[in-house]
Amino acid sequence: MEKKELICIGCPMGCALTAETDGVRVENVQGNTCKRGKIYAEKELTNPTRIVTSTVRVEGSTQVHQVPVKTESDIPKGKIFECVYALKDITVAAPVHIGDVILENVAGTGVNIIASGNA
Amino acid sequence: MRDIVIIGAGVSGAAAARELSRYQADILLLEKEEDVCCGTSKANSAIVHAGFDAEPGSLMAKLNVEGNKMMPELSEKLGFPFKQNGSLVICTDEADRGKLEELLERGQKNGVEGLRIIEREELLQMEPNISDEAVAALDAPTGGIVCPFNLTIAMAENAAENGVEFRMNTKVEAIRRTENGYVVVTDQGEIETRAVVNAAGVYADEIHNMVSGEKISIIARKGEYYLLDKSAGSHVSHTIFALPSKMGKGVLISPTVHGNLLVGPTAADIEDKEAVNTTAEGLASVARESAVTVKNVPVRSVITSFAGLRAHRPEHDFLIGEPADAPGFVDLAGIESPGLTACPAIGRMAAEILAERLQLTEKSDFIDTRKAPVDPKTLTLEERNALIKENPAYGTIICRCESVSEGEIIDAIRRPLGAVSLDGVKRRTRAGMGRCQAGFCSPKVMEILAREVEGLGLEDVTKHGGRSGLIVGLDKDFDACKKEENC
Amino acid sequence: MEEYSIVIIGGGPAGLAAAAAAKESGEDRILILERDTRLGGILNQCIHNGFGLHTFNEELTGPEYAARFIQKIEELGITYKLNTMVMDISSDRVVTAMNREDGMFQVRAAAVVLAMGCRERPRGALNIPGYRPAGIYTAGTAQRLVNIDGYLPGKEVVILGSGDIGLIMARRMTLEGAKVKVVAELMPYSGGLKRNIVQCLNDFDIPLRLSHTVVDIQGKDRVEGVTIAEVDGSGRPIPGTEEQYSCDTLLLSCGLIPENELSMGIGVELHGATRGPVVNESLETNIPGVFACGNVLHVHDLVDFVSEEAGAAGRNAAAYVRMTEAEKNAAEKEISVQTENGVRYTVPAVVRPARVNGELKIRFRVGAVYKNRYITVYLDDERIIHKKKQVVVPGEMEQVILKPEMLAKHPDLQSIRVTLEEE
Repeated sequence: MEKKELICIGCPMGCALTAETDGVRVENVQGNTCKRGKIYAEKELTNPTRIVTSTVRVEGSTQVHQVPVKTESDIPKGKIFECVYALKDITVAAPVHIGDVILENVAGTGVNIIASGNA
Repeated sequence: MRDIVIIGAGVSGAAAARELSRYQADILLLEKEEDVCCGTSKANSAIVHAGFDAEPGSLMAKLNVEGNKMMPELSEKLGFPFKQNGSLVICTDEADRGKLEELLERGQKNGVEGLRIIEREELLQMEPNISDEAVAALDAPTGGIVCPFNLTIAMAENAAENGVEFRMNTKVEAIRRTENGYVVVTDQGEIETRAVVNAAGVYADEIHNMVSGEKISIIARKGEYYLLDKSAGSHVSHTIFALPSKMGKGVLISPTVHGNLLVGPTAADIEDKEAVNTTAEGLASVARESAVTVKNVPVRSVITSFAGLRAHRPEHDFLIGEPADAPGFVDLAGIESPGLTACPAIGRMAAEILAERLQLTEKSDFIDTRKAPVDPKTLTLEERNALIKENPAYGTIICRCESVSEGEIIDAIRRPLGAVSLDGVKRRTRAGMGRCQAGFCSPKVMEILAREVEGLGLEDVTKHGGRSGLIVGLDKDFDACKKEENC
Repeated sequence: MEEYSIVIIGGGPAGLAAAAAAKESGEDRILILERDTRLGGILNQCIHNGFGLHTFNEELTGPEYAARFIQKIEELGITYKLNTMVMDISSDRVVTAMNREDGMFQVRAAAVVLAMGCRERPRGALNIPGYRPAGIYTAGTAQRLVNIDGYLPGKEVVILGSGDIGLIMARRMTLEGAKVKVVAELMPYSGGLKRNIVQCLNDFDIPLRLSHTVVDIQGKDRVEGVTIAEVDGSGRPIPGTEEQYSCDTLLLSCGLIPENELSMGIGVELHGATRGPVVNESLETNIPGVFACGNVLHVHDLVDFVSEEAGAAGRNAAAYVRMTEAEKNAAEKEISVQTENGVRYTVPAVVRPARVNGELKIRFRVGAVYKNRYITVYLDDERIIHKKKQVVVPGEMEQVILKPEMLAKHPDLQSIRVTLEEE
């Protein structure tokens, strides 16, 4: 088991947590002042995930040059850069609506990139 | 072969260009920056001095008083903001009353009109926020304030309209004497000319020393300022000076023609003639010294601070004229305070010298007025509507703090010697000069510049020319990060 | 002159929520005046997620959150004008505005809702010495350049200020290919959310230096470097602690200022701590019929609270329009809410007990980090609220709710006091 340090994001308190993990199990969470700290540490140490937001270029809109996009659900933290890199050369044609799929299965995560704005 | 090459598009060069454009002559003005008014002329106290400060008999005294008298008419003709708000020199110690008397006498000798010494009671009525220590003051009703950018730009535009050619981004590297005049060597090629005007500001010594054996030296004397929000603009209504010292006129407090409050400058001689950086110590001393003459100066409402470099000569007088060993080369050197005030007179003097030297004849078709930009803020609702109907761009506000419309910005770009940078637009229109300091409007002004200036892409828009680019590329530029193997 | 029952100044989250609520209260003649090219305000450039947890119970991005309100405005058939700048509002509520199509025009409003938002504190106001090269941006300006225009304002970045926009931009710039070298924060704590510290800085190994500020900016044309130094307890740089970072960009995230120039023109009284209008329980300013909500009133941490507050302002404005002259002018007892022990301000700052209609939310911020305190409210000498908080921080807005029955117990109420207590 490896000892890890992290900051809980459950509330402004920002408890400094320590925990032991082998990447699968998390044990001995300490420093938390409520149960949310333990839950956070368990998730963050075994499977940290993030929603990624970015933009892609739009053609054919008189209004905007870019449209905001996001991963439809959270993806593994380690895939963040691969995910935005996959968006580098994407240009979509207007009109674009919130929820439109921009890119399927980004970076092999099984998660789609969808539009989060209209253009 | 040109008749005249003017070096420097500051207030002196612009004034000389305008006055020389009254004559039939082929005139070229060279400026190393991307725009006019980029050196000393853009960062100073913006004061039209009455003329009581300079040593009687000096060129400074003579041209100050002359310039002061020329300014109201010039402002009318060329359409730049100027206001005769009057100056007050505050005496805060009975023991110094003699110095006030001296100033009065000096002013009278210099030919300044309307000077008088006033006592505390009257002073307090004129300026309720004056220091509790103030005992008396010299009242100089002919003192005024001006927009230094638009003064310079207006003279330059008028000169351009009268045929003077302006070449920006051109730096003079050497000057050679020839049989018939001079060859001016620049980073953009060589120019032959019969005469040269040296209006190079803090670099006037370098230019002068390229042609003359009588070496001169110009010291960059830094002045740091605070510019306060318009909410502080009526803290005083006159320009308030402390009694002058050896290093200059001290920290003044003055409303600006646009309704802000200006506090400064410091005075420090420096080595680097490009060092227009502010310093923590300098700014602290401005705040401290402002309290000498005026109480409760709201320095917390600062919207920006800046530093300018005075072109100081150890002899402390303007040097205007031809060196004995360089006929046809006219120095306009050591133009520090009251240079801004004196500029119309300096320009006239330069023109007189060269008219005689080159035997120039006056034009019959000299245009002595400028069609000034429209200031929508001065229009009635009906007039403004008519303007918007004619040109809808005047209906879109780009800079919200200063209420500057797209129409004004487009005009500033399309005018003769139009703006090519963010700062150029700012100096002409005030877009970005307000309390948010361009936070909201800079992306929009960048877009307008890219659209209006030929050959300028959005990626190429600069803050003030040269390498002052505002953006470094497109989104998702991963080259940098790939190198560091982050991806 | 065209007449409207309610004119709303600003079509950002506050203006939209106020307009929708006013319409739902039965007012038909509503006009939103928006200076930008589209509705939604600053949310359009806030493409990150985390909006709407309170309002919609899901995590939306800024544009998605805005879109829900914009859709509502369309469905309710509320009139709005885009690209329209309000130039002046008179104390009798004549609004002068301008755009390309209509020119300069005036409309008369029975009630006005101020919803102009806020602006960022620029470099000049921060008194940072040094040069004035290109490459110094407020975080929000950089956010616009990156998210709306698609341009990268710099490749090597130092950020001053750890407010949420600064933190968000640290991540955003990193994900667009820039290298963020350090975030310096003047205070000994960050003004941003913990979540943003972790997910915007720690995820990318960007160091956060608390109690540090920028003491010099190098570079005459473009930023070439920035010097930061540690500050002492009163915020003064400590000599000898300087560290130099080479960079081409300095982003500033050093506070937001409500944009009240129009309000001041009407004669609206501003609050020293919030720099927004002083409002009463109805979110009405000292000028009758002029209401305020959102970031122009006080800077919020979460847009959900903006929407909620603006909804109340819209409903109150609608109620005002329907009042008789006698009701509008009725003199009511006013109580100024007192603040103590680190409570910097409250919104509302004034309460007219007779006008409180249902629950009254009092929002406030504290001036420092406090641990294990009780948020406490006294009505006269009675402690009616005493709520334990493990931590209260300046970056997060707090609120207490005065229930009708609490006020009913004090028919002769003389004072309301909001304070932090240790026990």
